Amino acid sequence: MLIINDLVQPDTIEEAYRILIARKTNSVLGGCAFLRMGSRNIGTAIDLAKLGLNTIKEVDDYIQIGAMTTFRDIECSPLLQQFADGVLSKAVSHVIGIQFRNVVTIGASVYSKYGFSDLLTALLVLETDVELFKGGRISLAEFLDKPNERDILMNIWIKKVDCRAAYQSMRMSASDYPVLNVAVAKTGTDWLVTVGARPRKAIIARHISTALSQKNVNSENVDFFANIACEELVFGTNARGTAQYRQAMCKVLIKRAIKEVLLCK
Amino acid sequence: MQIDVTINNKQISLTVDFNEFLADSLRKHGFSSVRKGCDTSCCGLCSVWIDGKPTLSCSVLAFRVAGKNITTIEGVETEAEAFAQILAAEGAEQCGFCSPGFIMTVLALKNEIPNPTEEQIIHYLTGNLCRCTGYMGQLRAVKTYLGVNT
Amino acid sequence: MKIVGKGIAKIDAINIATGKPVYTEDLAFKNALVVKILHSPHAFAKIKSIDTSKAEKLKGVECVLTYKDVPNVRFTLAGQSYPEPSPYDRLILENIVRYVGDEVAIVAAVDEKTAVKAMKLIKVDYELLEPVLDFEQAIGHSSVVHPEADVYCNFDIGMNKDQNIVSSYKLEAGDVEAELSQCDVVVEGTYYTQAQAHAMMETYRAFSYMDHAGRLVLISSTQIPFHVRRKLARSLNMPASKIRVIKPRIGGGFGGKQTVAVEPFVAAVTLKTGKPALLVYDRKETFCSTTSRHAMRLKVRLGADRDGFIRVVDIQGLSDTGAYGEHASTVFSVVGDKTLPLYNKTKAVRFMGDVVYTNKLPAGAFRGYGATQGTFALESTVNQLAGKLNMDPTEIRLKNLIQQGESCLTYKNKVLGSSTLDRCIAKGKELIGWDDKYPRREMGNNKVRAVGMAVTMQGSGIAGIDTASAEVRLNDDGNYTLLVGSTDMGTGSDTILAQMAAEILETELENIIVYAADTDVSPYDPGSYASSTTYVTGMAVVKAAEDLKRQIIEQGARFLETAPVDVEFDGLMLQTSDGSRSMSLEKLAELLVLGMGNKQLVGNATYGSPVSPPPFIAGFAEVEVDKETGKVELIDFVAVVDCGTVINPNLARIQVEGGIVQGIGMALYEEVRYDERGTLQTNSFMQYKIPSRKDVGSIRVAFEESYEPTGPFGAKSVGEVVVNTPPPAIVNAIYQATGVSIESLPATPEKIYMGIRNNNH
Repeated sequence: MLIINDLVQPDTIEEAYRILIARKTNSVLGGCAFLRMGSRNIGTAIDLAKLGLNTIKEVDDYIQIGAMTTFRDIECSPLLQQFADGVLSKAVSHVIGIQFRNVVTIGASVYSKYGFSDLLTALLVLETDVELFKGGRISLAEFLDKPNERDILMNIWIKKVDCRAAYQSMRMSASDYPVLNVAVAKTGTDWLVTVGARPRKAIIARHISTALSQKNVNSENVDFFANIACEELVFGTNARGTAQYRQAMCKVLIKRAIKEVLLCK
Repeated sequence: MQIDVTINNKQISLTVDFNEFLADSLRKHGFSSVRKGCDTSCCGLCSVWIDGKPTLSCSVLAFRVAGKNITTIEGVETEAEAFAQILAAEGAEQCGFCSPGFIMTVLALKNEIPNPTEEQIIHYLTGNLCRCTGYMGQLRAVKTYLGVNT
Repeated sequence: MKIVGKGIAKIDAINIATGKPVYTEDLAFKNALVVKILHSPHAFAKIKSIDTSKAEKLKGVECVLTYKDVPNVRFTLAGQSYPEPSPYDRLILENIVRYVGDEVAIVAAVDEKTAVKAMKLIKVDYELLEPVLDFEQAIGHSSVVHPEADVYCNFDIGMNKDQNIVSSYKLEAGDVEAELSQCDVVVEGTYYTQAQAHAMMETYRAFSYMDHAGRLVLISSTQIPFHVRRKLARSLNMPASKIRVIKPRIGGGFGGKQTVAVEPFVAAVTLKTGKPALLVYDRKETFCSTTSRHAMRLKVRLGADRDGFIRVVDIQGLSDTGAYGEHASTVFSVVGDKTLPLYNKTKAVRFMGDVVYTNKLPAGAFRGYGATQGTFALESTVNQLAGKLNMDPTEIRLKNLIQQGESCLTYKNKVLGSSTLDRCIAKGKELIGWDDKYPRREMGNNKVRAVGMAVTMQGSGIAGIDTASAEVRLNDDGNYTLLVGSTDMGTGSDTILAQMAAEILETELENIIVYAADTDVSPYDPGSYASSTTYVTGMAVVKAAEDLKRQIIEQGARFLETAPVDVEFDGLMLQTSDGSRSMSLEKLAELLVLGMGNKQLVGNATYGSPVSPPPFIAGFAEVEVDKETGKVELIDFVAVVDCGTVINPNLARIQVEGGIVQGIGMALYEEVRYDERGTLQTNSFMQYKIPSRKDVGSIRVAFEESYEPTGPFGAKSVGEVVVNTPPPAIVNAIYQATGVSIESLPATPEKIYMGIRNNNH
């Protein structure tokens, strides 16, 4: 059972942070969809509702997504449906159901670094930064690599570049967590491939990304590239699949995502 | 804590615990249509509207709806009954336990997407699980209700 | 017929659909104590000591009950007619826990928060025992799941509990081995079916209170109110006359609520405290601490001659009943009972094997009740045989099926009263486009589509055992009250029974008030299970309505001053056959309750059937398999059903569609996983995936009506048979598409992918 001893809705991010670090048991509330499942004991719950962090905006060369923006907002945003072939909107649209997506937030999903995340794999393939109150603005890849420090994720920043992208996931049933997911993006001649749910958190597949950027890929030689990713990444076994199966699916999904990108000219 | 909220167009002041979820508050206040079917935010039984959007009331902390508009099926009785008649004609309510949450999502779909395709209907309603009907009768009813050609 | 055969909406449809307070939790008093159960974290352990003192001292805690506080009387939770064939191997609470989730203590407090806090304050000291987790290793295991001496069986079910065998069973006709040696072709396969979860949307719950007369009242989401009353009386050591069980609307059952999951706990609290008490299991408890389908291993051997006549069917089974023996022997016997009669050109048939105890979630009744498991194994093997003989799967069935008017080796003296299964197959072939699609079509992009099929039978009620009663009362205003003890769990049985009564009494549906079920008021009915309500209770209703109609005519004759043979009744008016005198039913009803010398008319009947006529289904699946991932997309499922006369086509169709989807879940998605300590991992809808509406493709249902001479208006059952064909039909289609034989359910993408890979190597 969830226990919350106190609750604050700070008017400023500074105040929110001050309360967060005041005690170990204090915690920022995200969408709260997973809160019911455990039996957490929260000292002071910090609700960011008053900070206006729930918008999707274009700021200069970036798309800024506030931490409290819901998956459903991302799914339905005309901007995100357009940008990068709608890769973000597509990635989150598989998650459970509409009423769930109206609850969960991008901030909590990114901050929690869930291995099964659809969102992270797609975000990581774009030029994405996270803006932390204390840690400042760093790339998503760096954030995912770092151990978690107590901080508040305020915004996600995505560089607006002309890019083609595709998202592919393998699921045992439509509303299940993915067995594996893959995103591929092509910006100019630069390719990037990310793989998530291995079952560990999303990661950039460096070797294949480099190879794709250096050599011409087409529907005939796509297997060659996909194999690079399967060899460079480590896959694990959990309830939804063995490492062996994941590795095999990685090849298939990357192949499909590349072909999809090649098709959208 | 005390929150002011509009439920079914009525301004209400609710006393809620910090760790109380909206579904429990609503049931406590007599909205028996709000049901819980899972512990993991994925069955859709508890769906109500928050500011018109179908939302899992089991997963929203009650204090967060302060100042918002909550709609349960009790608040849209006429529309709900109109659809329920069609659903009943198909026999597709079966045990009925998931129906209120399902109907709330159907009515939201109607508001949000005026002329949905079958694919859009299925996508919109995927978060509403049902173990009785096999979904086909529900789909027939929704298509009839929204005037979608089969 | 005016009302029977019409797709009338359910009488409770609008109120249940729009969320009116009609379910158990809605009806509980606001001041009811909140009851919580402390469950065992261990698969097998002895409670060395249990200290509840701290919990009891907590403000707001009303009582904490342990094994020391409940009667030492063994009973079974299985909802079956007395004497139950399930072993009496339970106590309400015991000093041994036999699976992770078993009940350790009952806590009741003024609110949930306090109850949860109190649970954490209970200190239990366990002595851990080596659990039996693999059902294939259960026989002869060094651990004995039920070592206690006082396990009791009402009759011999072949129990050998020192070997962890709950029940052994053998059904045999002819000499299997000798006949097999004569066969031109012999195929065999070993199949595993999983412990599927019912996953009804309303979890288990019960509410109890003491009434004005000091009697214990239970409002419970149950399929079996009369069995609940009997079980409470035994387990709580009190007279049944002191107990009343009321069944309100139920949010789904599927056989799960044929087992008494939670009622004893609230009853014990109310008896102890005198206060109303409510227990609502959450989803995790529903997964971990109630029952599931019996997981089985079924080894099938089929022998045939080269013309494709099946001469031998041999099924060797092993069933996992988990920690307790609910429905253990009966589910197991149904595996053979509902498969061996299907093909009757046989010379020898056999079904035999054991049901074993393990330290896992108990199994219980679940829609299909063994026929589901048996159908998967038999039909998968028949499909294999068809392949070996190079025959079309539909042809081999048409060649071997039992036909109306025939008998079979296991029911030698009984003749099949009705079947259109041959027509169901023909119709199904046409609907799915079998001749164009069989066996497979390459679709490009590594996708391949294929079709597969299977047939099945079930029963209608339990022959010679389950007996239902019904009463129809003529009310003072000319309306009727129909009293039954069957339990509409969403199926629409209240409506169907009212349709039958209305048909006989030639009245409109709205003139029939249905009241069900309440042990204080309803006539005895075992409850809604075993596909019995339409067929058995339905017949009781028909007979009760006929009885009342006869009395109406008799009484009409008295007032019209003529002989009953001279009175005609059209549902509204009674008149003499020459038309000279008449009176309305309303008037008669009024006169019958006015003044002296009258009696209010009640028609009643009790009915038990000597036979259990099988409904049949031919199920056809079209799948598209992604050969690169192993992912199966179900494109189309066609079910053609012979359930006799269809009483209400809309409700019957939904029953079929719903059952098909439950079968699809079993075939493709519903995986059951335990960890090495015996903890059920698939304990939520995030881990145990029942089909969502994106997972089922199109489902099409058609009826090929037969007329069952022993059924009400020619009807048979439809509730259970519907779940049986998807697993074998889908697995057959997957085989046709890929050459991969899935022998262990569910057919996950990984299994199919690995199968494709192995075949290519």
